[in-house]
Amino acid sequence: MSFIAKPKIAHPSLPKNALGLTRRDYEGAMSTLCAGCGHDSVTAAITEAVWELSLRPEQLAKLSGIGCSSKTTAYFVSGGHGFNSVHGRMPSIATGAIAANKDLYYIGVSGDGDTLSIGFGQFAHAIRRNINMLYMIENNGVYGLTKGQFSASADIGSKAKRGEENVQPPIDPVVAALTLGATFVARSFSGDKEQLIPLIQAGLKHKGFALIDVLSPCVTFNDHEGSTKSYSFVRDHYDEVVHTDFVAPAQEITAQYAAGEAMPVTMHDGSRILLRKLDPTYDPTRRGKAYNYLRDKLAQGEYVTGLIYIDEKSPEFHEVNGTTQVPINQLPYEVLSPGSLGLGKILSRYK
Amino acid sequence: MEPTDTRNPDYFHRVVDCQWACPAHTDVPEYIRLIAQGKFSEAYLVNRESNVFPGILGRVCDRPCEPACRRGRVEAEPVAICRLKRVAADHRDDITEFLPRAPSNKNGKRIACIGAGPASLTVANDLMPLGYRITMFEKWGTPGGLMRTNIPSFRLPAKVLEEEIGYIVNMGVDLRLGTEVTSLKKLLASGEFDAVFVGSGAPKGKDLDLPGRRASLRATEHIHIGIDWLESVAFDHIKSIGRRVLIIGVGNTAMDCCRSSLRLGATEVKVMARKPRAFFKASEWELDDAEEENVEIVVNHAPKAFVVENEILVGMLFDKMEYDLDGRGRIIAERMIGETFLPCDDVILAIGQENAFPWIENDVGIEFDKWHVPKVDKVTFQSTLPNVFFGGDAAFGPKNIIWAVEHGHQAAVSIHKYCQGLPVAERLPPLLNLSSRKMGIHEWAYKNDYNPVERRLMPHVDLRERFKKINIEVELGFTAEQAAAEVQRCLNCDVQTVFEAKLCIECDACIDICPVDCLTIAANGPEDELRTRLKAPALNISQPLFVSGPLKHTARVMVKDEDVCVHCGLCAERCPTAAWDMQKSKIKIPYASDETTPCLSPQSRKTA
Repeated sequence: MSFIAKPKIAHPSLPKNALGLTRRDYEGAMSTLCAGCGHDSVTAAITEAVWELSLRPEQLAKLSGIGCSSKTTAYFVSGGHGFNSVHGRMPSIATGAIAANKDLYYIGVSGDGDTLSIGFGQFAHAIRRNINMLYMIENNGVYGLTKGQFSASADIGSKAKRGEENVQPPIDPVVAALTLGATFVARSFSGDKEQLIPLIQAGLKHKGFALIDVLSPCVTFNDHEGSTKSYSFVRDHYDEVVHTDFVAPAQEITAQYAAGEAMPVTMHDGSRILLRKLDPTYDPTRRGKAYNYLRDKLAQGEYVTGLIYIDEKSPEFHEVNGTTQVPINQLPYEVLSPGSLGLGKILSRYK
Repeated sequence: MEPTDTRNPDYFHRVVDCQWACPAHTDVPEYIRLIAQGKFSEAYLVNRESNVFPGILGRVCDRPCEPACRRGRVEAEPVAICRLKRVAADHRDDITEFLPRAPSNKNGKRIACIGAGPASLTVANDLMPLGYRITMFEKWGTPGGLMRTNIPSFRLPAKVLEEEIGYIVNMGVDLRLGTEVTSLKKLLASGEFDAVFVGSGAPKGKDLDLPGRRASLRATEHIHIGIDWLESVAFDHIKSIGRRVLIIGVGNTAMDCCRSSLRLGATEVKVMARKPRAFFKASEWELDDAEEENVEIVVNHAPKAFVVENEILVGMLFDKMEYDLDGRGRIIAERMIGETFLPCDDVILAIGQENAFPWIENDVGIEFDKWHVPKVDKVTFQSTLPNVFFGGDAAFGPKNIIWAVEHGHQAAVSIHKYCQGLPVAERLPPLLNLSSRKMGIHEWAYKNDYNPVERRLMPHVDLRERFKKINIEVELGFTAEQAAAEVQRCLNCDVQTVFEAKLCIECDACIDICPVDCLTIAANGPEDELRTRLKAPALNISQPLFVSGPLKHTARVMVKDEDVCVHCGLCAERCPTAAWDMQKSKIKIPYASDETTPCLSPQSRKTA
C-alpha cells in the first residue's frame, strides 16, 4: 500500500472515450494490496476495458466476497454500484441484483478461495442459472490474506514459500465451469493485458454467465521458485489457444486474417468478438473438444489461455425466468404493490 | 531503440529541466527543498555556488528555468523558481563566514578584469580564493556594470547590488573605479598581468536613422538611446521626461524604459511594436508588469519618421502593418496598410544593443569577425590572443546576467589552466552522483506527494505608491505563506526514477499506478514508432524516452516518457523487487577550484 493518494493530474495526450472521459475517470480508491500484486493489474485491465467500452460508471455493478481478490472492486470505477458480500456468497447477491435490474453490467470479482472453497456451491449455481454477469477469479493458488496457505487451486507439486509441497489435486475453475455448462469460459493472466482487456469486454457483453479465470500471482506468498503460479512460471507455461479481439458495434474489422484463422462471433448488442485461433485445430464452440484439449494441456503442466469456450445461443437467466424488463426500482408503486386485495389473493394461495 | 545510457551524466541532468536550462546549472530543486525546510542560508549558499548573485538574480534573472519547468507542462504555470531564489536571499542570516576567502599568500599570478559587471565579478569570485591577484577596471564610479546602469532601482535596489558585489570585492579585489581602459595594447604592454579578462559588456545602443532623426538639436535632445538613457537615470543625470513618451522596441530594455518614464513624470507611455505580440522579445512577466502600470503596448506599427515642427519634436509617423501567418505562427507575408501619426514629447529607442571595442587595437592580435565581434572559443572563452579571455555580453553579444555568470565560471577555469601552463581545452567533465531516497517500505527522504496548489502571485506595491520615487521596489517578495505554498509546487525532478532491468518481474504494478501514464512495457522499436505505442503517446519530442535493456521474462523493454513524470515515486513504491528506485541526483559542475592547483604552495593551499 502507499501513503499518498494517486495524484489527480494526467498525461496531456491521454486519450478520451466516446463520453469524453479518460481512463483516469474510471479509477477507484487507492489499492491497499501488496506492491506488485497481480490483482492490481486486473484492476487496471478492468478500468481500461470499461473505459474503452464507454460505459457510464453508474451502469456498472461491482460485486465481491471476501479475500484479497474481493478488495479489487473498491479499486476501479468509483462511480459504479458496489456490494461486498459475505465470504463466498457473492453469486447469491449477484443473482438477486440481476433479477431486479437487468439494465446494469455486472462484474463479480472473486478469488480461488472465495470461489473454489467456501463459495463453490454458489459458483456452480450461478453457472447453472446462466446469470448475466462477468465473473472473474483472481487465481493465485494461495490464501494470501491468511499468510499463504495452499488454496484449492494449488497444483500438485507446487511449493509454498517455506518449501512444503502441495499434495492435493487442484480444482481447475475452467474445467469445472465447462462441465457445469458455462456459456463463456476464458483463462488469462494478470501480466497480459493485451489478452485480458478484450476478454473482459467480451465477457461484459456476453449474454449469460462469463467466467474469466485470471492467473494473478501473489507476489508476497507465491512468487518464488517452485511455485506454479509465479510470474515467471506462468510466463513459461503459457499457451494462448484463441486470441480475442473485441470489436465495438460501429467499428470495422480492419485487420487481415488468413482464411480459417479468424472467427467472428456477434454478441447480442451487435458488437463482435473476433477469435484468432493460434492452434488451427482448436474449436472454441465445441464444449467436449475444449474439455479434452484443456485436460491434455493441464496434464502437460500448460496453462491454456484465451477464450476457451463460447456459446451465445443458450438462454440466460432472464429469458428462462421471465424477469421484469423494467428494473424494479423504476417500476411505479402501483405496479410493484399488489394492494390489500391482491395481497389477500396471494396469501390465500399459501393457505 | 538502444537502451538509454544513464551513465552519461547528461541523461539525469536533462531530467532536471530547470537545472539543465539554467546556463549556470543552478541546483534548483535542492535549494527549493532547503527553503521548504526553512534553511534559507543554506539555500542561498547552494544558489551562490553556481549563480553567484542570488539576491540580484532572484529579482531580475531572465529565468530560462521557468519556461523549462516540468510543472508548466503538467499544469499551466511553472514553479516561481526565480522569486523563490529571492526568498532565500531575503531571509538568509549573515552568511559571510561561509563565503570563499582569498588566501593571504598569493600564487603570484595577476589577472586584469575589464569592466566590473557580472562576468568579471564571477571571474574574481572563482579566482581570488585560488590566490590570484585581480585588478578590476570600471569606467563608472560604482561596480555592477549593466546590473547597475540598465536595471532600474525599482526592480533591483542598490542595497542588494552592493551587498552581493561586496562579497566578492571584499576578498581583496583591486577595484579601480572611474578608470576606463582606453588601450588594450598599453594594458598588455605594461606586463603587469598574466591574463586579461574582457567583461566590458555590449555597451552600444542601436540608433534608428529615420527622417527627422537629426532635424534640430532641440529635437534630438528628446530622442534617447534606451540603454544610455537608463544609465543616465541610474546616475541621476536625468531626472525628468516629457508627459507623452513613445518607446520604440519591445524587448526587456523597452520595458525598463517605459516603467522608468512613468516614474520621471510621464503619464502617457506607449510601447511601439512592429510585429504582433507573439514576436515580442520581452519576457511575458515583464510585459505583464508594464501593462499593470497602464503602459499601452501598440502592435503592428513600424516607425517611419520623427516629426519635428519649429525645431520641436512633436511626434512620430508609423506605417501600420499587416502580417500573414502560416499554421505554425510564422510570418509569411507583410504589407503596409496605411500610415498613422502619434504625438509625443520624447522618444526612447530600445531596439537592441551591440558590442563596441574602440579600445582594442586592430594589431593587438585579437581577431574580429565581420560584425566586429571578437572570435572567442565557445567552451574556453579564449580569444585568438591566448592570454586574453572574453565573457558576458562582450563575448557573443547581448545575452543576460545568468549567461554572463556562466561565462565567468568557464573563463575562470580557462584562466586558471592558462596560468598553470596547462591546455585550456582539456577540462574536467561534469559528474553525477545518485543516492537512494528510500527510508522505509513506503517512505522516502523527500516529500513525494503531489501538491495541486497553484502558482502564487507576487505581491506588488500599490500603484499610487510606487510612482512617488524611482527607487521604490515594486515587488514585495513572497510572504511566508506564499513561499511555503510555492515550494510545494516543485516536483523534485532531481529525485530520479532509476530502473534496474534485471530485477523487473514485469508485474505491471508501476505501469498501473503511474498517475501520468508515462511508463509502458512494450516490444522495442524505432523511436518514432515506439512513441506512438506508449500508454499515453509521447508527443513532446523535446523530452527523451528512457528505454531499458530487454527484460528477463519476455525480452520486452521498459519505456519511460520523461515529459510529465511528477516524481511522485509511486512506481518505486509499488515495485515489489525495487527494480524502480527513487535516487537523488547531484550534478557536479567543475569550477576553477576543482582543477588541480599546483601553483599554490602547500602552505597557502591550507589557507585557501
